[in-house]
Parts: sequence; C-alpha cells; structure tokens
Amino acid sequence: MLALLVLVPIAVLLLMNLPWRGARSQAYTMGVLALAFAEIFAAIALPALVGVGEIPFLSELRFGLVADDLTRVLLASIGVVVGAAMLVGQESMKDERQRCNFASLLIVSITGMNATVLLSDFFSLYVFIEVTAVASFILIALDRGVLAVEGAFRYLVLSAVATALMLGAVGLMLMSAGDTTFDAVRSGLAGGTSLVRLGLAVFMLGLFIKGGTVPFHAWLPGAYSAAPPAVSVLLSGIVTKASGIYALIRIAWSVYVPDEQISLVLLVVGTVSIIVGAVAAMGQTDLKRMYAYSSISQVGYIVLALGAGTELGVVAATFHLFNHSIFKSLLFVDSAAIESRLGTTDMTRMGGIGGKMPITGTTASIAMLSAAGIPPFAGFWSKLLIIIALWKSAHIGFAVIAVMASMLTLGYFLVMQQKAFFGKPSIEVGAIGEASIGYLVPAIALAAITVLAGVLFPFLLDSSCSFLLLGKALPW
Amino acid sequence: MNDYIIDIVILACLVLSAVWAVLSPRLLRAVVGLALASVCVTIVLFRLDSPLAGVFELSVCAGLISAVFISTISLAALETEESVVQTSKERIRRYWFLPPLLLLVGVAVTQLALPDMPVQAITGEGVREVLWNQRHLDLLGQIAVLLAGAFGVVVLFKGFETRVDKGIEIKETTGK
Repeated sequence: MLALLVLVPIAVLLLMNLPWRGARSQAYTMGVLALAFAEIFAAIALPALVGVGEIPFLSELRFGLVADDLTRVLLASIGVVVGAAMLVGQESMKDERQRCNFASLLIVSITGMNATVLLSDFFSLYVFIEVTAVASFILIALDRGVLAVEGAFRYLVLSAVATALMLGAVGLMLMSAGDTTFDAVRSGLAGGTSLVRLGLAVFMLGLFIKGGTVPFHAWLPGAYSAAPPAVSVLLSGIVTKASGIYALIRIAWSVYVPDEQISLVLLVVGTVSIIVGAVAAMGQTDLKRMYAYSSISQVGYIVLALGAGTELGVVAATFHLFNHSIFKSLLFVDSAAIESRLGTTDMTRMGGIGGKMPITGTTASIAMLSAAGIPPFAGFWSKLLIIIALWKSAHIGFAVIAVMASMLTLGYFLVMQQKAFFGKPSIEVGAIGEASIGYLVPAIALAAITVLAGVLFPFLLDSSCSFLLLGKALPW
Repeated sequence: MNDYIIDIVILACLVLSAVWAVLSPRLLRAVVGLALASVCVTIVLFRLDSPLAGVFELSVCAGLISAVFISTISLAALETEESVVQTSKERIRRYWFLPPLLLLVGVAVTQLALPDMPVQAITGEGVREVLWNQRHLDLLGQIAVLLAGAFGVVVLFKGFETRVDKGIEIKETTGK
C-alpha cells in the first residue's frame, strides 16, 4: 500500500504529459492538488490504510518502504506545502506552458520527497534526495532570468559536493557494516566500528549542505529569493526540510546511538545557524532574502533540538519542522502576494502596505509571531519543547542561547513589520489593493493551521493528529 | 602488469580531466572535463567489477548532470575574452595546490586510512539480479531522475532559443 505513495505521482505525471488534445494547465493544477489532498489524507489515515492489505501486483515489488509517525508528519507537510505552492503557481505564472512545466516538476519533486520519507536504506535515501534536488535545480531556473539561473547554478554546485559526500559515505557504510540499511548501520554503530561512524558523519555533512545550515548556507538565500514565487514557497516550505533536515531527524530517530561527539557537532551547528541566520536577516532590505536567512535560523533550532540527544529532542525537532514548513510557506505566499501587487519585494518601497492588503498583512503577522515563538501560535509550543529538551539533557547554555535568539527573531520581524506593513502608505503603495483569491486561499489556510495547531496544542495528543508529536507524552 | 599500467593510465586521465574541469577558463569546457572525469570513474568502476555503480555514474553524472550544466551555462551571460583570461589566471593562482593535494589525499587514504577489508563487488552476472530483484525502488528513482532531467533540458533549452531569438530579453528581466 505504501508503494502507491511513490507510484501514483509518477503515473499522474505520465498521464498528464500524454499528448491530450486541448489539454490546459488547469488539468495539471487539479492533478497536483488531488495529489496534495491524497498526501494529507494518507498522513492522517495511514495506520488504517496500512491495515487494508497489499495489492497483489504491488506486493511483488521489493521497495522496502516503512512508515511511522515521523513519516506521517512529513507527508502532511508535503501535502499542505505542495497544495499552497501549486495555487500560488497557478496565480503567479502567466505563461500556460510554464504552469504545465511547473506542475510536472512539482510532481517529480513529490515523488522524490515521498520516497525519501518512506525509506529505510541509505543508498535509496541518496537516490531519492537526488530526484528532489534535480527537480529543484530546474524549478529555480524556471523563469530563465539571470539571477534565477545563477541561484540554480549555485545550488547545483553545492549540491554536487553534498552528493559526493553522501555517496562516499554510503560506500564506507557498505564496506564496514556490510549493508546500507538503517538496521545494518545501527548494528555497526553498536558494534563500535569506527568506519561506520565515519560514514554516518560524512553522510550527515552532506545533509547539512542540503539543509542549508551554517557554514554550508551560501546557496540558500540566492536560490530562495531568485526563484519564481511559487518555487520559493516549495523550497522554503518543504524541499530543504524533506531532503536535508528530515534525514537528520530520521538518523537521530532510527539509527542514532546516543553519542557525545555527534551531539556536540549538532549543538554547535544548530547554535551557529540560529545566530548567523538571525543576524543576517536583520541586515536585509529584500523581503524574500530576509525570510531565507530566517529559514537558516529556524533550521538551526531543529538541528539544536536533535543535539539534545533525547527522545524529547527528536519530538521537538519534528514538531518544529512541521511548524516551520507551515509558517515559512505562509510568509513566502504573502511575499508572492505583495510582489504580485507591488512588483517588488524591496521592503524600503512597502511602507504601510498592511493597510492596503489587510488579509495579507494579518496572515503575515501570524506567521511572524509563530516564527518568533509567541503564544498561542504553534511555533511557541515547538520552541518551548526544544528549550525543555535542551534543559533536561543538561545543555542549559544552549537553551539560554535558543531563548535569546528567539528574542532576536522577534526583533527583526518587528522591525520588518514596522518598515513594510505599518506606518503611512508610501506613494507606490497608494494605489494597490488586496491580493487576488489565488494568494488569499493558501494564505488563510496556512494561517488557520498555525493558529489551530497552537490553540489546540494541549488537546493534540488526544486527537487524530497526535502523530505531530510522534505519539509521545508531553514533558509536563 | 598490463592491468597495472591500464589502471595508472585511467587514473592519470581521471586526474587530468578533473584538473581541466577546475582550471579551464571556459565553463563549457569545464563541464566537458567534468563529464570526462565521470567517464574515467565509470571505467574504473567497471574494472573493479562494479558495473551497477558504473552504469549509475555514467547515466547520472556523465550524462544527465552534464546536460543540465550545459543547458544552465547556455542561459548564463557571456563573458568577454579579457575577463575569461583574467578568470583563468585567477583560478590557477588560487587553486594551484589542488592537484598535489588530491594526489596526497589519494595516497594517504589508500595507504593509511582504509583497512584492507574484503569488498563484495557485484559482478556483471549480478547486475540484472540486483536491479530487477533486489533494488526495485532505486531503479524507479533512476527513472524519476531521468524524467526530471528530460523536463529540465526541455525547459532550459527552450530558454536558450528565446535568448538567441530575443537577445535583449535577459537584460530586461534582470534590469541591467
């Protein structure tokens, strides 16, 4: 049954690209939206679906897919973000052919991400991370502007380095552990084989590059800001999470044996990413670049939580990954809405835009407050869990840094709010109105998830969405 | 002895093409150098009785990635002859240490770091068994990468035609 999550997108892709007479981009949009809804449905109903039994033909395929609560979190995030990106793409891409290409590449990306979150083998993980990466290079350069091509090229070059590292790591694991499955590598680690540890460390280094953590973040701001608006939503919302950060969490959840040295590396990389991302975000005048640097900072929180080396740390990292997917996609949807009206994302030309675009302004404020960890939004709870995880694992200094950096996040978002959304409307802003429905629908839906996941958080464990906390009891 | 000489020649070609990829003043030539390096790696993998790895290396690295590189380069702004020479000199000055470093790392890894452990290579006979009976999902992944690459070449080469036909379009989009 799990194989359908990989096979159906490929089947839809092939079906949509048959030479149908009079085929239009709306059909592509509907196809992608149907896949997005199927992902969300699969995330919620996965235990029941797995119990249905195997389809005869599919049972012949040896895919070796497995699913747990962590998989469900990622499937839900993929579904929500892909749906939002497709709606923004339908609205922002004027050329019919470009919309069709975008939808096709989006489906390739879904295939790669779905397989990535269902795998239990390092070599297959490498293969499907590459599937997502190749689709992403092309998506970034989709509108063929020089800056977009440069962003794609930079991503391609750094990604090639990560690829080489991961492939080399797989070789080391194969040589020392005898196989590349998670179970074999875990056994190798437990057996104290140093080459397995080296292989795992090198693989994680590749994932740091893919996830855009400091000091491997050089590709990320350019790629996020130069990509077409819908692609920015996709990249910031899920692609870097599914191809880099998810794999780190998976390693910590399914492979990792508590180890002080690896924990220390995660803590340091996480802390440096939080601080560098937040400080760099403060100096930006372009909205999308600021959000990109903010992403680096938020990813730092996820890595920091993993550094706690405890079950609570993994739960906190997973919940923050989900929250970050939602509020960061929301911020990029809102920046796309502003760009569609104002023709720029330069914050110095946006004064007072909140009064002219009240829904966009409100949803952006919700996302920013969630990112800064302000209650009652979802981001508050995940950051609280991260800090408790660090505190309980006796990493008090890192917990204090996490709190201080959260204040820094609030600081730069408030400065940005004041610059762009509040105050007297500038001359350029004077004539514009609220964004079109194609931007408002995903923005409102994402804002609703951020608010509901925060307000209803105390009841989350008793609901069908308990998988967001990996079904684990809260620390209070 | 003959095998030994062939290995040395292939490795020398590999290093030379990698150095060419790094130091070549023209991006297009650099990509050709990279593709040649991948071909050399493929030959090495075949000679080590790992045709599965060789096939992946050849189709993805030498073929697909090079095609995406070339199509991306075809969209980038052209440099003047003077700036190309300048870039080349600058690159040689900065990265002169790379070839000896590569050699040093290679010797260190083979002589010191890796223990002499038996590696079970997949022979030619085993390729079909591995691809069709053991790693179905990786085969599907390979197909997905090729699909993405095909879309990429279509999308980016379409851009190349646009640039040639309407030379000022890129300047307009970037506001230069």
